[in-house]
Amino acid sequence: MEIPIEYYLLLSAFMFIVGVVGVLTRRNAIIVFMSIELMLNSANLTMVAYSSFLGNSVGQLFVFFVMTVAAAEAAIGLAIIIAMFRNKKTLNIDEINILKW
Amino acid sequence: MQEIYNLIPFVLISAGILVSLIFEMYAKNSKRIIAWFSVFIFLAAGFHSLVNVDNAQLFFNSMLQVGGNINIFIFLFNFAAALVVLMAMDYSSKYGNNFGEFYILLQSSVLGMMLMAGAKDLFVIFLGLEIMSVSFYALAGLNRMRLKANEASLKYFLLGSFATGFIVYGIALIFGSTNTTSIPQIVDKFGELTHNLLFMAGILMFLIGFSFKMAAFPFHMWVPDVYEGSATTVAGFFSTAGKTAAFSAVIITLGSVFMHGNANIFEPYLVVLAVTSMLYGSIVAIAQNNIKRMLAYSSIAHAGYLMIGLASGNYEGIAGIIFYLAAYTFMNLGAFGVVALIEGKDETNLTFESYTGLSKKQPFLAAMLAICMFSLAGIPPFAGFFGKYYIFIAAIKSDLTWLAIVGVISSVISIYFYLRVVVIMYFNETEIDLTVQKSNYGLLAVVISVILVIIIGIAPGSLIDLISSFLK
Amino acid sequence: MIELIYLTVLLPLLGFIINGVFGSKIKNEKVIGIIGSSTIGLSFIITVLAFFETLSLPTENREHIIELFTWLKVGGLDIHIAYQVDQLSLVMALVVTGVGFIIHVYSMGYMHGDKSYWRYFAYLNLFIFAMMNLILADNFVLLFLGWEGVGLCSYLLIGFWYEKKFEKSTTSEAGKKAFIVNRIGDFGFLLGIFLIYLTFGSLNFGEVFARAGAPGIPESTFNYIALFLFIGAVGKSAQLPLYTWLPDAMAGPTPVSALIHAATMVTAGVYMVARCSIIFVSAPAILTVVAVIGAATALFAATIALVQNDIKKVLAYSTISQLGYMFLALGVGAFSAGIFHLMTHAFFKALLFLGAGSIIHAMHGEQNIQNYGGLKKYLPTTFATFLIASLAISGIPLLSGFFSKDEILWFSFANGNVLYWGIGAFTALLTAFYMFRLVYLTFMGKERIAKDKHPHESPKVMTIPLIILGVLSAIGGFIGIPALFSGESGNKFEHWLEPIFKNAGNKLAIYQTHSHSTEIILMIISVVLAITGIMVARNIYLKNPSFADKMKNRFNGVYKILWNKYFVDEFYDRLIVRPIYRFSESVLWKITDAKIIDGVVDGTASLVNSISEKIRKFENGVAQFYALIMTVGVAIALFWIIFSL
Repeated sequence: MEIPIEYYLLLSAFMFIVGVVGVLTRRNAIIVFMSIELMLNSANLTMVAYSSFLGNSVGQLFVFFVMTVAAAEAAIGLAIIIAMFRNKKTLNIDEINILKW
Repeated sequence: MQEIYNLIPFVLISAGILVSLIFEMYAKNSKRIIAWFSVFIFLAAGFHSLVNVDNAQLFFNSMLQVGGNINIFIFLFNFAAALVVLMAMDYSSKYGNNFGEFYILLQSSVLGMMLMAGAKDLFVIFLGLEIMSVSFYALAGLNRMRLKANEASLKYFLLGSFATGFIVYGIALIFGSTNTTSIPQIVDKFGELTHNLLFMAGILMFLIGFSFKMAAFPFHMWVPDVYEGSATTVAGFFSTAGKTAAFSAVIITLGSVFMHGNANIFEPYLVVLAVTSMLYGSIVAIAQNNIKRMLAYSSIAHAGYLMIGLASGNYEGIAGIIFYLAAYTFMNLGAFGVVALIEGKDETNLTFESYTGLSKKQPFLAAMLAICMFSLAGIPPFAGFFGKYYIFIAAIKSDLTWLAIVGVISSVISIYFYLRVVVIMYFNETEIDLTVQKSNYGLLAVVISVILVIIIGIAPGSLIDLISSFLK
Repeated sequence: MIELIYLTVLLPLLGFIINGVFGSKIKNEKVIGIIGSSTIGLSFIITVLAFFETLSLPTENREHIIELFTWLKVGGLDIHIAYQVDQLSLVMALVVTGVGFIIHVYSMGYMHGDKSYWRYFAYLNLFIFAMMNLILADNFVLLFLGWEGVGLCSYLLIGFWYEKKFEKSTTSEAGKKAFIVNRIGDFGFLLGIFLIYLTFGSLNFGEVFARAGAPGIPESTFNYIALFLFIGAVGKSAQLPLYTWLPDAMAGPTPVSALIHAATMVTAGVYMVARCSIIFVSAPAILTVVAVIGAATALFAATIALVQNDIKKVLAYSTISQLGYMFLALGVGAFSAGIFHLMTHAFFKALLFLGAGSIIHAMHGEQNIQNYGGLKKYLPTTFATFLIASLAISGIPLLSGFFSKDEILWFSFANGNVLYWGIGAFTALLTAFYMFRLVYLTFMGKERIAKDKHPHESPKVMTIPLIILGVLSAIGGFIGIPALFSGESGNKFEHWLEPIFKNAGNKLAIYQTHSHSTEIILMIISVVLAITGIMVARNIYLKNPSFADKMKNRFNGVYKILWNKYFVDEFYDRLIVRPIYRFSESVLWKITDAKIIDGVVDGTASLVNSISEKIRKFENGVAQFYALIMTVGVAIALFWIIFSL
């Protein structure tokens, strides 16, 4: 049985919202980053679904791009988080607020 | 042969990154050489694109374009980067972190910007944006021993990738509803898809992602913190080349939509962002004591003025934006350059108190900063005045006179904090001593920026003529 | 060289920048002076070469526009930084750079030892820069830029010795007066420019004058435009009723008076009217106004000059009077005669001022001619050149002033009426009289010099410029010998300028033909009048010095009026200046400014400040809060797009 495209879109939209909520509510920088990865993956899911639905492989190609970029972002992000942790001994975002006003 | 010739800026910067990487790995004490090498490739790429401004050409299955206004953007990126390198050479030694990586990251971010400006496909925009952003995250945190820099880069990274999530999701929706990622094809289909919710939502999310990079309200929240926390030269680069790159990407997407006779559907969105950014930036800047933070809020206000040009959605508006970006790049780099020169070790001398009586202690620097402030405030005959002028004229032409009036009101408010710097420098006296480390290259970069600000102010017509000739 | 004409503008700017920025660091006066003078000298050479290049071209190819870059482009308004090289602007440029160069060289001697030597040369170069913009502009905006620029330099240079006393107040007061009175004229000029843009839809000379020449625009429009432009000219060229600033402008250094307030800047109004000749001839009523004001000013200023004792004051009123002649010429449609007189006047009046400067230099700052006398033997070169200039301005045949003044008188008779001619001729008599009063009281007769003064001839750097100007004053008129004498070839100068004024001339077309005999008779009369004036002055001031005092007592009332310059300054002071002062102090300052405006401004500022202090707290430093704000923004935008579709 063919699953309609709407199901995929709803699933990915849901995933995206979960990611957004995760970013807004979790306190640990690494988990926030993981939620962002979830957002990117929901976009990937949308792409793949559309690609298959439209019979256009460009979408799948784009997913590879996003994955590569996400890997690069993860590398730089983890480096930043480690540097932060070395200096401050915490990754709680609420406490990282010397820059304000 | 011609094909490769027009692509030289891209080739030059890409090859430069590889050469610098290898050199940095194997050579001892390579910083100075890499710095000068970067200046050289930036200037070569910049002037190459300026000289070949008339040679428009498509590359890679119509995914990348050069020529025309794209070359003006490429010139701005490269020239700004060259000036930043000059400023940074002595500045980084204040913090003991004159890394070769700094210049390599600068090169790769410029490559990303160039891809964004020349993109003809959402692929390339995304790729360019990410190359630029990832380099920026690293640049922001380059003073890795300093807590402020760590915090700035962490905030920039988290919020930046959050915005990237929206861009990617937007691109996915656009792809789904148009079955293509090529910008010209999307533009062709734009007319028939204006009532497709997914398509419009996709474009909106794409736009929101770039509004983040432009530092427009309410996506501006990262800007003051990141500018304050990162190195002054790097903040100057973010606020000029970074902003220019974001606008160039929006111009090639949204701008090409307007120019195919489509109604400016996003006008309300852009208008709201323009008004709130201008007023928010100008008002909050008044209460700042740290000059970098003040410049950050001023950068938000300037994003608002630039958005007026997008909201007017006509040729004049686009030409005005490009003109404004050129003017803004030099006046803001000049201001950040002076701040970087005056800044002492360990983030001292950044408050307004350090600038009291500067005209007596450092008359030349004070004069340079005053010119930049006048230009930022939009006082004729400097470049900033004509930038605002062209943008407001464009708004009036598309019946957005009230928006132009709000722009003028915001400029009037902003005069308060720009001229406050001038007043403090020239009319206040102080006993406090100020030791300024001498930096000839930094001074050179400031002088070049100020001269360009003056030249653009004297001959604005020629520049706007050049820009408009490519739009028609 | 025509293509390089922009260098004549840029070189003085370069000089200004060098002397202005580094002047205080350069300790050597020679270096500063040479930088200042050589830029002008180079400009002069370029102008001369451009002139000869133009001369070698056929008449119809003599107009060039050298475009540098686009300045402003908004809607229909398209303004370029472009320089127009044609017959008129070349004549003006030759005068400005030529006389300007001579005066720069002279200044090197005159200003020797001044503590602000560099500032002086920087201002002087800036002045030439502005003046060249004014002259070479090919549109009204650039012209106006130069117009304001020369006004600024005039202000700066009048108040150059700002701590020095001048008459009842200070030199900076005199500078302010010049600036403010000029603003009145500039306001009119600006209105004229707006009207031109409204009427013709362009500010470019070529387009405006072409459209003004075409039929279809009502005369009333032309009347307004011409009137407003003329108000501008009246202010800048010190005509009735806005002339009062020029005598006070003598507070500046004497070479400045020679350059700005005699030879070049004050003639800008004449140049502007001549440039817009087509507009003025389309408004005959205003053209009459020009002639009447010119004639009245010529006579009025000459009468005041009769009794003044300050050497520079006499020359200042003489300048006003001579400018009146030029406007008389323009008013009767003799544009080239006006420009011709502008040129010869630049020679002899610059010479007179420089001569006066040499005398003042020799007399250690003494300016009262009653305290001179018998200076001939101390200052032989100054005397000789001063005498040539005085003869020239009096209109003695074969000297430059004779040809130009006589041409004006002739045209005021031929194109105007006997009254114009009568006033002109009578003024010529007065001119001859007061100039030779000056010559006799200064150089001849009994020495009345104070004991502590030891007059001495000025150094070569000052006398050589005098000699050059003396030669020019003597022979400068030969390029404009009237057709009466030169026969077939006609008046060369008029012929050269003819293409510029051709359209205006065609439109005017009121030339009546008079016989040569009339022209000769009128010429003889004016020469006789000039000689009479000189002889009367000789009889009174050389032969019979007590006669002057007798006359003074006999006609005490008239003398008082003339001595006090018709009380015009007092009149303005009572009628305009003081009421404005009183109004602005009691109402504008104490109520409007202090209470209303300050209250509103301070109130708004403190309001904005407190808002700002509150809003900045919004930026609380927590990254997640930032993300939340972004998400709210995204949500609102998405709701908007959903509901608007």
